[in-house]
Amino acid sequence: MEKFIRQEGLVAPLDRANVDTDQIIPKQFLKSIKRTGFGPNLFDEWRYLDEGFPGQDSSQRPKNEDFVLNQPRYQGASILLTRRNFGCGSSREHAPWALMDFGFKAIIAPSFADIFYNNCFKNGLLPIVLSEDNVEALFKAVEGKEGFRITIDLEQQQVIPESGEPLAFEIDEFRKHCLLNGLDEIGLTLNEAETIRAYEARRAEREPWIFQ
Amino acid sequence: MAGKTLYDKLWDAHLVTEREDGSALIYIDRQIIHEVTSPQAFEGLRLAGRKPWRTGASVATIDHNVPTTPFKSAAEIVDQTSRIQVQTLQDNTREFGITEFGIGDVRQGIVHVMAPEQGAVLPGMTVVCGDSHTSTNGALACLAHGIGTSEVEHVLATQTLVAKKMNNMRVSVEGDLSPAVTAKDVVLHIIGIIGTAGGNGYAIEFAGSAIRGLSLEGRMTICNMAIEAGARAGMVAVDQTTIDYVEGRPFAPKGEDWDKAVDYWRTLVSDADAEFDAEVNIDAADIRPQVSWGTSPEMVVPVDAMLPDPQAESDEVKRSGMQRAYEYMGLKPGIPVTDIKVDRVFIGSCTNSRIEDLRAAAEVAKGRKKADSVKQVLVVPGSGLVKQQAEKEGLDKVFIEAGFEWREPGCSMCLAMNPDRLEAGEHCASTSNRNFEGRQGNGGRTHLVSPAMAAAAAVAGHFVDIRELDQA
Repeated sequence: MEKFIRQEGLVAPLDRANVDTDQIIPKQFLKSIKRTGFGPNLFDEWRYLDEGFPGQDSSQRPKNEDFVLNQPRYQGASILLTRRNFGCGSSREHAPWALMDFGFKAIIAPSFADIFYNNCFKNGLLPIVLSEDNVEALFKAVEGKEGFRITIDLEQQQVIPESGEPLAFEIDEFRKHCLLNGLDEIGLTLNEAETIRAYEARRAEREPWIFQ
Repeated sequence: MAGKTLYDKLWDAHLVTEREDGSALIYIDRQIIHEVTSPQAFEGLRLAGRKPWRTGASVATIDHNVPTTPFKSAAEIVDQTSRIQVQTLQDNTREFGITEFGIGDVRQGIVHVMAPEQGAVLPGMTVVCGDSHTSTNGALACLAHGIGTSEVEHVLATQTLVAKKMNNMRVSVEGDLSPAVTAKDVVLHIIGIIGTAGGNGYAIEFAGSAIRGLSLEGRMTICNMAIEAGARAGMVAVDQTTIDYVEGRPFAPKGEDWDKAVDYWRTLVSDADAEFDAEVNIDAADIRPQVSWGTSPEMVVPVDAMLPDPQAESDEVKRSGMQRAYEYMGLKPGIPVTDIKVDRVFIGSCTNSRIEDLRAAAEVAKGRKKADSVKQVLVVPGSGLVKQQAEKEGLDKVFIEAGFEWREPGCSMCLAMNPDRLEAGEHCASTSNRNFEGRQGNGGRTHLVSPAMAAAAAVAGHFVDIRELDQA
């Protein structure tokens, strides 16, 4: 996994609550057996006027010019600003894969759905929770100035808008550590293989049927 | 000190180690695997040269992609990408020595129908699957929740998950349900109250006399949709219904182990003095048959109501969501739910494709006919065994005589990854769990209902109060 330390970038505002993972990456694209290549189909039903299917050349498809990610001013955005309960619904990790493949490095929202939130960290994508008021203020700032940029400092746990005060955010220590160092979680867990085996031995005595 | 909740007990029993930074490793007893969210996990194992920690902990089947018309081998799946996924699962399970109920196996079916049916899910277990509806299995008093593909790989490689303890919520439904009200109506009513984010960060225990009065299958319907209320895990405490359900199933313990297991399982209830971080109390008498009208499961109303007015919603974010939903659904506030016409009907999914669901739908379909205006009614059993049982009871004939289509098991039109799908603009009465935009097909409009309500809509051509079907 790539390290996440500091990220400076253009912000794209997606002004919707309860954006579900079916919208982030529709089901027909889940048939891939790879982790990459989902970017062109991120928000497929909102981005294009026709129906998408796997394997087509999306650059030739008619675009919905009103959709935020199609607007010239948000080209090259690496930070997504959105509303509450982002990533609800299906557990598909294809959702963070698609966001990252598109070029997003971080997502800012007042809240995230649990499974999606968790999946982001496994891929080096940083979901940041800010208060409804702070998110609202960022929406106003982004809409008010073309090319509005934000810096995210993970070490300091701060969102630093190009104008205004830095905003602090909370993050779990373990997740922060893994992101900052780009750590392989499986490798870390396997360091505790002896502890896992000892646990299994205790369980097998109490609940042998689990291990049959 | 306060007592423990059911979730506390399950968590404590599976805690391998707690780290200084507050994260924990929990042991996973059972992993269920399907074709869509596992290929990248197996590939990860291969690339790192790792082996599964304990192959017996996993059980796999195919469900999301499979056609619901008969087929005998992966080669017969027309859609190339679907065929590759089905074939890839077969190759991966063989390579890594994992049991798969594949093509042609009568046990094949939707992961959350197959696993409890086989007794592969037992009380007191931790159960994960790369599928958010894994919460279904919590009906058996286990800790069951969906995970992402990286975690599928982590569980395969280590039999553990890095986790953080969730908060405890109890949703109690007390009193008697009216006869036409089913588990599906109960859970839709609950989601209507707490909202799609209401359960974020919580494990929900469903309790109260109305929940205890449900069959185990009904409890699965309730726990299935815990995720639609934002909670990764839903669960119901062990009682005699739980024990009776598990007894005799292929993977269930036998003999001395069975007695020992039952003694332990009976402790899997929240202590009387347990404290919950949040409590929701619902009067069973308030629940009427439900129909979702919008594009989020919380946009739900009783069948005898009018569609709600966004202007009456004080929260600006919710109001704009409702307005967008009306636009997508092609509906207007203030019209009666029973005025909504349906183009297709889908009876199936991990929410409602078990034998009791099919019986409920068949009871309505019996002696009636699909309305001419309804293009298609799909009935898709949850597994080969459910299909077999239904056919033994003659339910297939009831459906066929009513003009419904009787299909092979799979996820089907719940998420339209296979050929079963809505056309743009079509309204569907669906027994599934998600009414998101495009979920059942690009531009399709989903209305979530119970199996009986779906069958009634198929017969009437529009939503109808099941209590007044013959007057419709």
